[in-house]
Amino acid sequence: MATTVTHLKAQLGAAAPVSRATRDAPWVRWLLTAVALLFLAGFLVLPLAAVFTEALRKGVGVYFRALIDHDALAAIRLTLLAAAISVPANVVFGVAAAWAITKFQFRGKNVLITLIDLPFAVSPVISGLIYVLVFGLQGWYGHYLNAEHPWFPALQAWLVAKDFTIIFAVPGIVLATTFVTFPFVARELIPLMQAQGSDEEYAAVTLGASGWQIFRRVTLPNIKWGLFYGVILCNARAMGEFGAVSVVSGHIRGETNTIPLHVEILYNEYNFAAAFAMASLLALLAIFTLVLKSFVEWRYATSHKG
Amino acid sequence: MKLITTLLAAVALTSAALSKDVELLNVSYDPTRELYVDYNTAFAAYWKAKTGDTVTIKQSHGGSGKQARSVIDGLKADVVTLALAADVDAIYENAKLLPKDWQKRLPDNSAPYTSTIVFLVRKGNPQNIKDWDDLVKKGVSIVTPNPKTSGGARWNYLAAWGYALKKYGSDDKAKEFVAKLYKNVPVLDSGARGATTTFVQRGIGDVAISWENEAYLAVKEFGADKFEIIVPSVSILAEPTLSVVDKVAKKKGTTEVAKAYLEYLYSDEGQEIAARNFYRPRNEQILAKYSANFAKIDLFTIDGVFGGWTNAQKTHFADGGIFDEIYLKK
Repeated sequence: MATTVTHLKAQLGAAAPVSRATRDAPWVRWLLTAVALLFLAGFLVLPLAAVFTEALRKGVGVYFRALIDHDALAAIRLTLLAAAISVPANVVFGVAAAWAITKFQFRGKNVLITLIDLPFAVSPVISGLIYVLVFGLQGWYGHYLNAEHPWFPALQAWLVAKDFTIIFAVPGIVLATTFVTFPFVARELIPLMQAQGSDEEYAAVTLGASGWQIFRRVTLPNIKWGLFYGVILCNARAMGEFGAVSVVSGHIRGETNTIPLHVEILYNEYNFAAAFAMASLLALLAIFTLVLKSFVEWRYATSHKG
Repeated sequence: MKLITTLLAAVALTSAALSKDVELLNVSYDPTRELYVDYNTAFAAYWKAKTGDTVTIKQSHGGSGKQARSVIDGLKADVVTLALAADVDAIYENAKLLPKDWQKRLPDNSAPYTSTIVFLVRKGNPQNIKDWDDLVKKGVSIVTPNPKTSGGARWNYLAAWGYALKKYGSDDKAKEFVAKLYKNVPVLDSGARGATTTFVQRGIGDVAISWENEAYLAVKEFGADKFEIIVPSVSILAEPTLSVVDKVAKKKGTTEVAKAYLEYLYSDEGQEIAARNFYRPRNEQILAKYSANFAKIDLFTIDGVFGGWTNAQKTHFADGGIFDEIYLKK
C-alpha cells in the first residue's frame, strides 16, 4: 500500500500536470453528472412539481379556498402553536446542554449525550405511544386523576376541576413535537462548541467576567449562526412531524389536527386538490427553510473567515 | 374594573339563558366521514329549531378498533359510532365509561343503519370474480384491512368464514378457506378507508373486500367506468353500533343533546341521509325507496352463526385467536 502511494506520488510529481491526473475521463464525468441530475429530478423535483400541479389542478380559486377552510386554518394554527412552543423550549435546553457538555467536565456526560440522541434513535410512533401510556386515561396520569389518596390532593382537585387533558388535546401534541425535535439544537451546537474549545471563556474568566457575561459576550456570539441553523432544522421538523403526533392526536378535526395530519385526512376523503394544497404549504415551508439554511451557511462561512 | 366584570358576567349569563353553544365529539370509524358530514348539518338544524341551541359536532375518524382504544385512553367522545358492537364493549370492559347493557338502550341493537360486505373490482372484472370461492384462487390479490384495528376487516373476515361454513359444513374447513384467502392479501391497512385508497388510488390488488357503502362511494367518486361492485351469493349483516359515552357526556353536561343526536338517526330524515350515503336504513319504506342501491343478498347474522360479538371476538380476533394463527403461519 505504502509503496503504491509513493509510486503514485512520484508519478504525479514527475510527469503529468496535477489537474490531468485528478480529472476523470470525460464520459465518466458526464455519466456521473447525468446520474446525479436524473436522480435529483426523479426523486426531488418531480414529486415536488407533482405536489404543486395536483394542488392547482382545479384552479387557483379551489387552491386558496382549501387553505382558508375552517379546519385547514385550525390545522395551520395548531402547527404554528406546536412549533412556537417546542422550538424555544429546545433552544433553551439545547444551548444549556451544549454549554454544559462542551465547557465542563462532569460524571455522566456520556449518558447525557446518549439521552439527547434518544429521540433520533426511537421511532416517532413509539415516542407517541409512550405519551399515551404515561398520560392516557389508563396510564399513570389517568390513575393519578382517579386515585383516592393522591399526592398533592390540591393538584388533583385542580386538574379534575379543569378537566385537564394531555393526550388527544393540544398539550399532547406540543409534548410529542418537543420530544421528536429534542436533539436538533443540541446536536448542532455540541460539535461546533467542541471545535471552538474553551480558550476564549478562560480568557474572559481571567479578566473577571461573570458566568452570565461570558455566555452573553463570548459564547453566544461564537455560536449564533450554528444556533440559528439548529433552530431552522428544529422548526422544519416540528412542523412536518407526522408519526408521533398522529398517535397522540385523536384526529379531532378543527381541534387536534396538524397540517400533516390534515393532509392525510383530506387525501382519505378523496379531496385531492385540498390535500395537495395543504401539502404544498409544507413544501413551501421546506423550500423557505432550505433558502434560509443556505443563507445561514453562507453567513456562517463568512463570519468564520472574518 | 369590578363593574366591568359584573357587566360582562351579566351579559354572558343572559346570552347563556337565551341559547347555548354546545359541542359534541363523535368518534366514529373510517368510512362514515361523508355520512356524518351530511347528518351533522341536518341534526344541527333540527336541534336549533327544537331548542334554540347551536350545536357543533366535531368528528374523529379511524379504524374502529383504534378509535375505541383512543376513547379508552382518554379521547373525550360524547358519542361513539363504531363499526361493531365488540368495540363499544371494549370501552365498557376497559374503562367503564358506559354501562354494560349499552346496546339495549336504542332500537335495533343500537344500529340505526346496517351494511354488508361486497367486492370491489376493476372495470371489466379481469379476474372474473363472482363469489367468495374466486377469492382463494391462486394469483388473485386481495385488499382488506387489518382485523386487529379495523371493524370492517372483522366483518370481511367473518363474512368469508360464514360463507365457507355454510358451503363446506365444518369449522375446520372454514378455517382452511379463510387461511387460504389471507394468503392472497399482500398488505393489511389499519382502516377501511386506507384499504380503499390502496385499491383505487395506488392500484394494488385485483379485488377489495369492502363495506357496501364504501364500495358505492368509491364508484361514485371515481366513476363506474373504473370500478365495478360484485355482490357475492352470501354475506353478513353488518350492524355498526353507536352509544353515548355516559361518563364523558355527564362530565361535559352534554348527555341530553348526545342522546338526541343518536336518536335522530332513527328519524325519517336520519334514515334518508343514511340511505343516500349507501347505508341500509332500518326504516322499511325508506329502504324500499332506495332499493336500487341495495342488492338482495342472502344475509346471515353474527348472532346466528358466531353466537354474538363477544364470542366471535374472543375466538377469532383476541391475541392468540384464530386470526393470529392463520396470519402468522403465512
